[in-house]
Amino acid sequence: MSSSESALRADLAAIAEWIAPGSSVLDLGCGDGSLLAWLQKEKGCRCVGVEIDEAKVLACANNGVEVIQQNLENGLALFSDRSFDTVVQLETLQMVTHTESMLRELDRVGSESIVTFPNFAFWSHRISIVCGRMPVTRSLPYQWYDTPNLRFATFTDFRELAHRSGFTLRDQFALRDGRVVRFLPNLFGRVAVFRLAGGTKA
Amino acid sequence: MAFPAAPPVVVAQRFAFAEPLPLQSGATLSNYELAVETYGTLNAERSNAVLICHALNASHHVAGVYQDQPGDPGWWDNMVGPGKPVDTDRFFVVGVNNLGSCFGSTGPASIDAATGKPYGASFPVITVEDWVDAQTRLADVLGIARFAAVMGGSLGGMQALAWSVRHPDRVAHCIAIASTAKLSAQNIAFNDVARQAILTDPDFHGGDFYAHHVVPRRGLRVARMIGHITYLSDDDMAEKFGRSLKADDLAFGYGAEFEIESYLRYQGDKFSDYFDANSYLLITKALDYFDPAGPFNGSLTDALAHARARFLIVSFSTDWRFAPEKSREIVKALLDNRHPVTYAEIDAPHGHDAFLLDDARYHSLVAAYFNRIHRGLAGDGVR
Repeated sequence: MSSSESALRADLAAIAEWIAPGSSVLDLGCGDGSLLAWLQKEKGCRCVGVEIDEAKVLACANNGVEVIQQNLENGLALFSDRSFDTVVQLETLQMVTHTESMLRELDRVGSESIVTFPNFAFWSHRISIVCGRMPVTRSLPYQWYDTPNLRFATFTDFRELAHRSGFTLRDQFALRDGRVVRFLPNLFGRVAVFRLAGGTKA
Repeated sequence: MAFPAAPPVVVAQRFAFAEPLPLQSGATLSNYELAVETYGTLNAERSNAVLICHALNASHHVAGVYQDQPGDPGWWDNMVGPGKPVDTDRFFVVGVNNLGSCFGSTGPASIDAATGKPYGASFPVITVEDWVDAQTRLADVLGIARFAAVMGGSLGGMQALAWSVRHPDRVAHCIAIASTAKLSAQNIAFNDVARQAILTDPDFHGGDFYAHHVVPRRGLRVARMIGHITYLSDDDMAEKFGRSLKADDLAFGYGAEFEIESYLRYQGDKFSDYFDANSYLLITKALDYFDPAGPFNGSLTDALAHARARFLIVSFSTDWRFAPEKSREIVKALLDNRHPVTYAEIDAPHGHDAFLLDDARYHSLVAAYFNRIHRGLAGDGVR
């Protein structure tokens, strides 16, 4: 592993493995563009990010990543059908109002999608709920009254929606502190990770 | 806190071109001059040149000050200069006054060598593409095979786009700010009201007012007033002027009672002192005609298919003259072609004029983009 490869956050590295060298990647809610910068440099990918936050847009520009500033709630009309090999949406889907239409857009624009979100059924979240409190943890770091998250789903909930929407699940696992969790991911995973292909439209 | 450094002293130059310039209209400009300013130093590889294209009423005087006019910096001095977002310590920046304008390059007020009189109404209509073609000849003279960037706001952004379409091998980065790939019916309508004000001024004399030693001042004034309204946002005007009166009480007359009236009249008066009426007509026509998608059945995607530049497109949230949707049309066409593009929509209250103003978020983004261009110069010169 080269030094720049190890510089990629462990959770991003697990996802980056699925992305083929030289392929095209659209990252929805790309933050400072660190995943895309890494994919450009290490895998020669053609990368575009989408981000609404102006400070993060600036960070992308500083990182040499092409970024489109827009609100994901407005859909992906700028992007034509199947214009990317992979569409990535990391811990952003839960902040979008219309989850199903967002997933349809992912499927329209990309040949394959990678989606992650905080797993509400992580064991410590369950304990919080049993104790009568909303969970406030590393993967859900907000209070109920100031969270940007609009949707709360579990690993199992999403799998059901993906099936119902006609997606093929190419892979699925959870992440905890940068480690891949395949054993009881709905219980032991903080972040749910799904690799999807061929949804409703296809 | 450090005081900002005084703008550097600059000198305007003139370049004469004897080879006739064929124009889109079918006419030809047999010979012409271009007024030019440059800032910074062209590097040994001649790879660090940046062309700045101006909008309606600006000129080649982009940055710095003239020795005898220390209080009159160039129109984009907040953007271009030593340590500025377009850093003249790194880049060789070229400003050029467009043909048909009135600040030193050949235009309707210039003397036609064939007649010994001002061109006036006989000066040919010039398009954005004609400007760009003239700029390529200037680049040839300066020894610039390929610009690191061609950049402009508004009508200047249209020139940058036209460069990427017409001369794809001569521009590495295209930067179009507060611009559009074509005017809307509403944009053309505003332009025509402005033109009608000039054309119907009795002092216009069919464009040959120079011989009558008059200026169609009333027409120019109204033209500028209507133009100015479209440069500002409703909120910005409300904040700056509101319904404030110049006097304490209403006068129940038609003088400049409201502050906004006074402001617009002042702007109109100032403009009519320095701007040429024929240039105003010509440049607004160039705006109206610009439509690179036209020859491609209206497909901007097809028009941009052969572009080879990387693009930075910037719009401003309250710009209703060339609204963010117009920039998004450009972005969509670029994405359709898989061209590298960064798009920022700056949340700014100042309407179209925001592209000329000092805004930290806007300037930081342009600075970051130019840092990247500069890093690329050391490498393959592309990224």
